[in-house]
Amino acid sequence: MSMDTQTPPSTMTDVSPPKTGAPVVFENLTRRFGTTKALDGFTLHIEPGEFVALLGPSGCGKTTALRVLAGFERPDIGKVLVDGRDVVHVPAQKRDMGMVFQSYSLFPNMSARDNVAFGLQLRHQRSTPRRARAEELLELVGLAEHTTKYPHQLSGGQQQRVALARALAIEPRVLLLDEPLSALDAKVRAELRDQIRALQQRLMITTVFVTHDQEEALSMADRVCVMSRGCAEQIATPAELYSRPSSEFVAQFVGISSRVAVVRTGDSVALFGRDLKIRGQAPEGVESLDALLRPEDVDVVVASTGLGIITHKSFLGATTRLAIGIGGAAVKADVLSSTADVFELGTRVDLVANARDVLVTASRPAT
Amino acid sequence: MASLELGYVLEGDDEVMETFSRSNSSKLWFRRVRWGRGTALFLAAAYFIIPFYAAMQFSLQNKYGHFSLQPLTQIAQAPLFLSALWLSTQLAIATMAIVLILMVPTMIYVHLRMPRFRRVMEVITILPIVIPPIVLIVGVDGVTPLWLKSSQYLLALIYVVLAMPYVYRSLDAGLGALDLKTLVEAARSLGSGWVSIIWRVLVPNLRSALLSASVLTLALVFGEFTIASLDGWTTIPVWIYLAPTNNARINTLVAMMALLATCVVLMLIVSFDRKSHSRRN
Ligand SMILES: Nc1ncnc2c1ncn2[C@@H]1O[C@H](COP(=O)(O)OP(=O)(O)OP(=O)(O)O)[C@@H](O)[C@H]1O
Ligand SMILES: [Mg+2]
Repeated sequence: MSMDTQTPPSTMTDVSPPKTGAPVVFENLTRRFGTTKALDGFTLHIEPGEFVALLGPSGCGKTTALRVLAGFERPDIGKVLVDGRDVVHVPAQKRDMGMVFQSYSLFPNMSARDNVAFGLQLRHQRSTPRRARAEELLELVGLAEHTTKYPHQLSGGQQQRVALARALAIEPRVLLLDEPLSALDAKVRAELRDQIRALQQRLMITTVFVTHDQEEALSMADRVCVMSRGCAEQIATPAELYSRPSSEFVAQFVGISSRVAVVRTGDSVALFGRDLKIRGQAPEGVESLDALLRPEDVDVVVASTGLGIITHKSFLGATTRLAIGIGGAAVKADVLSSTADVFELGTRVDLVANARDVLVTASRPAT
Repeated sequence: MASLELGYVLEGDDEVMETFSRSNSSKLWFRRVRWGRGTALFLAAAYFIIPFYAAMQFSLQNKYGHFSLQPLTQIAQAPLFLSALWLSTQLAIATMAIVLILMVPTMIYVHLRMPRFRRVMEVITILPIVIPPIVLIVGVDGVTPLWLKSSQYLLALIYVVLAMPYVYRSLDAGLGALDLKTLVEAARSLGSGWVSIIWRVLVPNLRSALLSASVLTLALVFGEFTIASLDGWTTIPVWIYLAPTNNARINTLVAMMALLATCVVLMLIVSFDRKSHSRRN
């Protein structure tokens, strides 16, 4: 094991060897902390070179899953296979995983370049090629001018980019990112998001990215694994996840915010006076159904005889979000802010579904 | 004339007036603070410098009462002085080495893996301060094997115990200021084993803590009298007390030189530390 960590220097000098990363399998992992089960039968198969996002609410076990893969936690039950080999008993320093942490993790006593070169130094690479390689990587993440700066002289976004370069320097078998963007402001975040994705595609490195931000997960990943209470709730491509969330829990996580009782006729339902096809499989043998709606699925029209009443209004920038009480349900809808003046609180409105089909689920029993 | 000019400025521009008056009043305020600070500093300095000056003046005299550097040369010739100095130096180095090799990995381990044990450590390491040295040496004497009893390094081992509270507190503060878990995990994920984590990542970032621990240990070894004399070793403090010269001047001078040397070492370390800080902050 210690032998194959010493990659020969010749392959280290070119920046982007187009190579395919290692396949990773989490199999039925369980990890308890006292009485809480951080992981509870978590299973996930990751293809070589794939970018998978772990998405879920706080405390659902995303970080724990990542730390088990990195070797910082042992599972109580289950296997972790990298390249087909169980690595559960391999210590973290021998796993060749590049990790970027949520908190700033650069070594304060080293310059950006020395930070990036650290892993290469441990692999006994000579100092000249090591420095050249570190500088190349820093250039790759857009920090060519900051190689001699110390961590305290860099902004948060720059520090995370150095951390990314440092993780990539060792040519890891898997790249692990634990909410690396969560401490950054929105603009830097979006920028770095694109940069990470572009780099990953270029290096074709197997990547696991932890986040609780659905937009981040959907925009970056090849596949998203939505987690809940220590297990995978749904594993799917972003498009599939968006259009066919497999459960209400997942639905909430991908932007669905309202549910309205509907009447079913065959494979369609009546919603706000229109017939809409049921998207995907309707639950069998259930008569009372709820339609699941995103704010952008509904148009709002002012009508003095309308059945809905605007109960809430909040400005979001380009759009304005309205909450409408209608027949005992609360529906959220987005309208363009430029036309939002007519929607005052208390205004009577009609709702129109603007989609051709709609997700449905069995109604919640009245509580 | 001055007031006329002032009036001109005041009429001329509101903004100028405002900055003018503000900077003026803040300068006054600042000056007052500086005065307060200066007085305090002066008093503190006097408190230390006057006795020091008096002692120096007393010791740097020839037999006619005139200023002379001759006592300095006499120190080196005083019987047993050099051997006492050498013994104290050896003890200091041994004590520092043992206490750091013992405490650094332990403290890192406790901070990382057993944070709750820190409370216990704190209590344990305070004990050497509470226990009188006599009790300590009598206790140690009862349990040491014979081969160790005759060694000067028994004294170093006892000093390790005495230095524990200071070393513990310095290291505890230093480690508390680092994001230890993240640094260690980052280093491990890059392939670093424990030795290189401690040596390349943690020690450089604990530099000021290690320096202050070392200085405190050094001061302890060069100042401890009771145990050294009970154990029968002529360290510097013991030599000062027993010095076989009849010359009080020389003894005072040695004490002063020890004080001066400690000051110089301290100042060196502070400036060293400040340099590393200015690089980091
Ligand atoms: N070292 C630990 N000791 C005790 N409990 C832990 C430990 N690590 C995690 N847990 C618990 O395990 C559960 C999952 O934690 P984990 O850090 O994996 O969540 P997460 O999905 O990463 O959440 P977040 O989005 O807040 O980072 C939580 O309930 C947490 O309290
Ligand atoms: Mg987490």
